[in-house]
Amino acid sequence: MYTQALNVKDEGPALVDAERDAAFQARIDRDEKIEPNDWMPEKYRRTLVRQISQHAHSEIVGMLPEGNWITRAPSLKRKAALLAKVQDEGGHGLYLYSAAETLGTSREELNDQLLTGKAKYSSIFNYPTLTWADIGMVGWLVDGAAIMNQIPLCRTSYGPYARAMIRICKEESFHQRQGYEIVMTLARGNADQKAMAQDALNRWWWPALMMFGPPDAESLHTDQNMAWRIKRFSNDDLRQKFVDATVPQGHHIGLEFPDKDLKFNEATGHWEFGAIDWSEFKRVLAGEGPCNRQRLAQRNKAHDEGAWVREAALAHAEKRAARRMMQAAE
Amino acid sequence: MRASKDAIAPCSSERDGSKTLTETPLFLVTLRLADDALILGHRLSEWCGHAPVLEEELALANLGLDLIGQARSLYTHAGAIEGAGRDEDGLAYLRRENEYRNVLLVEQPNGDFAATMVRQLIYSAFMHPFHRAMASSKDATLAGIAAKAEKEMAYHVRHSAEWVIRLGDGTEESHRRAQDALDALWPYAGELFEVDAPMRAAIEAGLVPDPESLRATFDATMTEALAEATLTLPKLGSFQTGGRAGRHTEHMGFLLAQLQYMQRTYPNAAW
Ligand SMILES: [Fe+2]
Ligand SMILES: [Fe+2]
Ligand SMILES: [Fe+2]
Repeated sequence: MYTQALNVKDEGPALVDAERDAAFQARIDRDEKIEPNDWMPEKYRRTLVRQISQHAHSEIVGMLPEGNWITRAPSLKRKAALLAKVQDEGGHGLYLYSAAETLGTSREELNDQLLTGKAKYSSIFNYPTLTWADIGMVGWLVDGAAIMNQIPLCRTSYGPYARAMIRICKEESFHQRQGYEIVMTLARGNADQKAMAQDALNRWWWPALMMFGPPDAESLHTDQNMAWRIKRFSNDDLRQKFVDATVPQGHHIGLEFPDKDLKFNEATGHWEFGAIDWSEFKRVLAGEGPCNRQRLAQRNKAHDEGAWVREAALAHAEKRAARRMMQAAE
Repeated sequence: MRASKDAIAPCSSERDGSKTLTETPLFLVTLRLADDALILGHRLSEWCGHAPVLEEELALANLGLDLIGQARSLYTHAGAIEGAGRDEDGLAYLRRENEYRNVLLVEQPNGDFAATMVRQLIYSAFMHPFHRAMASSKDATLAGIAAKAEKEMAYHVRHSAEWVIRLGDGTEESHRRAQDALDALWPYAGELFEVDAPMRAAIEAGLVPDPESLRATFDATMTEALAEATLTLPKLGSFQTGGRAGRHTEHMGFLLAQLQYMQRTYPNAAW
């Protein structure tokens, strides 16, 4: 999931208007959608801006590890599909920034928070894509983990966010299937291809599980977010759902998961998995993952190198408007 | 040098020494169009993650996807014409540099955003009327591909012309960059109009339009966009040429090294 930093405490001012707040909560309890011009508690607004923008940033930064393979995709069909997939992610970023803007924070401001490193994005995009199999893994595991969280968000309380999620989820499910199909092709390919797929799974499996955020026992209180229907399932519940869905898919194509403790519990009907190395997760969140610096540097470079283009577009629009005024005056 | 081989039609090209393939005019013109589209599509895809604004990230991917899509149809058609069992990937990935027949324009590096947009304008100002005319090709498959591509290229002209105008007219810096891009890339425009013997044969057989018949439209598109952009065409004694005969610029080998990386590293695998 793309909104891990929600597990950070909100330090802002507390609620002030108990009466309005109760009425607001009642609307949510009745499953009404909150729309941009409706009154909402400041903390609800702040939490949403943080969550939606983190999600948007994840889409944008997520373009980089996959974009890394577009020029080297092994067939024209894969090249076109990957370019289209990465383009979808950019589109997701765009809808999400628009949804965040309805809450009164501009895209420029949000982008600035990303570029300065103030805003977070999903830890998963700080891992490198080293082989073509990684492109399959990102689709199968990363998009797969993302939709576990995002499908429930299609029913989230904030209208523009819920509507953006409906559109995004359709595409993410397609990405997940496409990624699995890449992995399956490799798993059924020659010895080099099988080894490539297995190596990629070994590297991506644990980071994918970390995408769901810290265990519930260590998570900061999410009750408020649950009540507001911004968050709908706990980290551990979503993680278990993902493991249960994904493990049989991997076994079906003959891949081994890099977890010696992984076993099916007949009684519970769930796959039990080994301990996650949370120290690695903390390192990556703290900016010390394999690609944190590289990703941020690349976003900054694109932004800086594009400055003259954005200035030119603005200058031209102003000149044009001025010329039109002149013509109208004549 | 491959150039001498292209001087006669049909001509032959040895791919791996063991078999000799006949390059009919239809095969050759189809392959050239496919190479143009693939190489430019590949260049556009290099922008992914580097565009100046998010909207343009999406637009550049659109342009690239159109061209890669055109290339796929054209390669598949070329493979069928050739009848030697080469599919779209066999043609796109497994030739040597001097067997690629794209114009030099499309392999030029992306440079800055101005260079990418000027390159796109020159290419699409030519290819839009080309496809419009090729939609009535005597070859039904080429006609079908062109009918679809014509609509796509109309958007490429519009999008790139709008940007060239914005950049030319925008700020002092953007004007300078746009003019530099035009000065650097215009020498590659002439090759689009080149007609060698196999191309002449294809024109006479009604397979593809005569580029000369497109010149007025091309000139009008360029003149109109450049006037509004306040840019001027450089004066040239001659144009750069060679791509149609497989003689490329220094940039091509690096592009192919990336494009072919997987196919060359893991031969005979299905992906
Ligand atoms: Fe996405
Ligand atoms: Fe995603
Ligand atoms: Fe996705």
